Amino acid sequence: MGHASNSSEEAKAKGSVGKGLARVDGAAKVRGTARYVDDLKFPGMHHGLTKRSEVPHGILRGIHKREGFDWSQVVVVTAEDIPGRNTILLIEEDQPALVAIGAHVRHVDEAIALIAAPTRALAREAHGFLDLEIEEIPAVFDCEEALSAEVNVYGDDNILKTYLIEKGDADIEEKLASCDHVVEGLYRTQAQEQMYIEPQGMIASWGEDGVCHIIGSMQCPFYIQKAMRALLALDDDNLVVEQAVTGGGFGGKEEYPSMIAGHAALLARKAGVPVKLIYERDEDIAATTKRHPSVVRHRLGFDADGTIRAIDVDVIFDGGAYLTLTQVVLSRGVLHAAGPYKCENTRVRGRAVATNTPPHGAFRGFGAPQTTFAYERQTQKAAALLGMSPFEFREHNMLRDGDRTATSQLLEGSVGSEDVLRAVKEVAEANPLPKDDPATSIRHGRGVAFYFHGAGFTGSGEARLAGRATVALAEDGHFEVRSSSTDIGQGVQTMFTQIAATGLGVEPDAVRVPTPATDRVPDSGPTVASRTCMVVGRVVGQASVALKNRIESWASENGFGDMPLRQAATAMAKVEGEISETVQYAPPPGIVWDDETYTGSAYPCYGWAACVIDVRVDTDTYEVAIDRCVHAVDVGKAINPVVVKGQIEGGTLQSLGWALWEDVIYKNGKVANDRMTNCIVPTFSDAPEMHTIIVEEPFANGPYGAKGVGEIPMDGPCAAAAGAVEHALSTLVSSEGFDALPVSPEAIQRAMRLDS
Amino acid sequence: MNIEVTINGESRSIETEGHRRLLDVLREELGLVGTKEGCGEGECGACTVLMDGEPVNSCLVPVGQIQGTQLTTIEGMAGSDGLHIIQDTLVRYGGAQCGICTPGVALCAKWAVEKEPGASKERLRELLAGNICRCTGYQAIVDAVVAAQNSSESSHE
Repeated sequence: MGHASNSSEEAKAKGSVGKGLARVDGAAKVRGTARYVDDLKFPGMHHGLTKRSEVPHGILRGIHKREGFDWSQVVVVTAEDIPGRNTILLIEEDQPALVAIGAHVRHVDEAIALIAAPTRALAREAHGFLDLEIEEIPAVFDCEEALSAEVNVYGDDNILKTYLIEKGDADIEEKLASCDHVVEGLYRTQAQEQMYIEPQGMIASWGEDGVCHIIGSMQCPFYIQKAMRALLALDDDNLVVEQAVTGGGFGGKEEYPSMIAGHAALLARKAGVPVKLIYERDEDIAATTKRHPSVVRHRLGFDADGTIRAIDVDVIFDGGAYLTLTQVVLSRGVLHAAGPYKCENTRVRGRAVATNTPPHGAFRGFGAPQTTFAYERQTQKAAALLGMSPFEFREHNMLRDGDRTATSQLLEGSVGSEDVLRAVKEVAEANPLPKDDPATSIRHGRGVAFYFHGAGFTGSGEARLAGRATVALAEDGHFEVRSSSTDIGQGVQTMFTQIAATGLGVEPDAVRVPTPATDRVPDSGPTVASRTCMVVGRVVGQASVALKNRIESWASENGFGDMPLRQAATAMAKVEGEISETVQYAPPPGIVWDDETYTGSAYPCYGWAACVIDVRVDTDTYEVAIDRCVHAVDVGKAINPVVVKGQIEGGTLQSLGWALWEDVIYKNGKVANDRMTNCIVPTFSDAPEMHTIIVEEPFANGPYGAKGVGEIPMDGPCAAAAGAVEHALSTLVSSEGFDALPVSPEAIQRAMRLDS
Repeated sequence: MNIEVTINGESRSIETEGHRRLLDVLREELGLVGTKEGCGEGECGACTVLMDGEPVNSCLVPVGQIQGTQLTTIEGMAGSDGLHIIQDTLVRYGGAQCGICTPGVALCAKWAVEKEPGASKERLRELLAGNICRCTGYQAIVDAVVAAQNSSESSHE
């Protein structure tokens, strides 16, 4: 395990990179002194509440304040109170901040009006006296139905976005027909709730100087800044967006926080006092974004020796009622759909479809888990059909250094594909499955998955973002890392501390990484896409080295050559004022991407992973228990192994939860299970003991060799878990029983009954 | 009503309505905002406090019920210097990520380790199952609690 380069070995010797440094925000979190948005109070602060649609599709005819309530006690905001454009600006302007009278309501729980009151109780009372008059029209909830429906949710055809990726000259049908075998499957995955334990929330206040200040739970301060410029008609000088300590995000706090920030700001503007808008758990589950439900048709053509020769995939994602980030999620979904396998003839088609459900959006993995589930179910079936071991089939077909992906990207370096599969195979072979005892109801099964995940923005995205970060000497003598990367639990502050300390050649306690505010940090791009360590971490490292060099040359020119860096920096700052270095990200050379044909370098590099899941299925109760979970992930370089292990294990359990237990149930477009009681996530007792293996194939353009790790652990365990249940019940149920998630006890019961 | 209670070792007299949620009284009246609200219905355990040494979900406890009890919130878990051993191992093993479940997890783990010294990993998972964490996959928390358990055992030797 591990192939650290010489240069990173040297770095390790000098600094803290590579060490399991305790989280810099750890003590505050275990003491309960870390301050999240709901812990903050401002003088005169009121509490906000959102009035939402109860119908999935209609035209708003009126908002009525019913008699019997003293409306002078509260402030009510409607679309008429919006000073700028009535939109939550992200990619397009299709989603309103508040539905205006006469305009379309497109989903249940869409925001119509806002209330602020001195207490939450009073706001709730007013909410009950505010009536909405909506003329209901027919709605569509199923993404396949929406393709042919009369109901228009978006444009003329409800299609939000399409993609086509083609590789090879031959006609795909002819190529499939020429293969010895074709495995065909239809795979469905359900929406998934991020279920960060801290519900979403924001506080907005307006200063007498006209500056709007927003603080809250978020991943992307500058996404909110951009949306607020449009909604509030403000320029950057009159707008500050600040992150509070954030209790988890997983993508769920990527785009939706702009909605809450806008609502809080509109209320605070009209009320003339700060307004806190914190979602209740049921509201958060019902109204905010989730993972896109998917339908994936996959045809895998291969020869008798196990060589894959043709892949044809058709991907449909349910985008919900507005575009939000759907086109980007679908892009990542199709770019991963052919899998980490060599194949000269590939076709991937993707469509995102609008329906009258609340918009789906970013969630860790961002489209890749859906298509990974499909291709790894296919791989399992193909290996079984040929009687090959699941490892052997994958080894035979896997992409290696020097191979080309489905977009014809040449893989050059940092390809840990063989290492990760070998690592889990060794553990699996040393621990064979127990034999089933036919006298009992228990059946054992093993599933394997092998996958990759592109790190960073797609194609030329990182060049367009041009993320920047600053390292400066703060007034109190600490070195300060300034970036818009938010710590949402994944350890940004700790990781940047280690990268900067190593770059500067100082102890970690000489470095501080504050939570970002848009008036204090440069735009480093959003905290998404497994890019924070690899991309922003790289510029933090470069800025640290540049600052160190500048201080050292100043010190030697001024006769302080022997002085420790921090002292020299303080001396220099007395003469020169604040000293800082800002570096802008430069993508690695040779990244060529064609957005029209979807060919070329889809990502700067890929993470590689493999996992083995062993399960025990009780054929009387249909319960599944996970007995073994082995997960190997190639992260390039673990800047902090404890943090990296935490990312892998957390992502693994989210994937296993999605595979076996988690579900979001819609009834007439409304989330029916909007409580933690019925929208379940795994507990301590559901989770397996995890065997996590960190593999390091350094990426030349990442900091000390590091590449992305945040999302890849989410991609594959779901397929391994479904495969393990299939394996356990292979003599009892046909494999189609496990092609839809979740493989819940109810689904297993249905599958066993259908086959008996 | 008037409530006499000991919170984190300090006697308090609180004048409030008895049906209010303990969680709200702690956060809004007493400023003890280390106790977090995750779901408001006793599912997630983020609002866990110890009442006479036993974990309770403070979102489900009407404040009238705390009359005469001893409460420990996260603010009272560590001594005046340093961290409680469980807080220390949670930080070192990576058992706290986003931190919002951490106060509840830390208090519940303290209870579990004191209630059943030497409990197996499997038993610890059962004892802690009322606290949901979405970040860690639970492994680092379990490892941290086992490490704290071992360290307490060795300190008794």
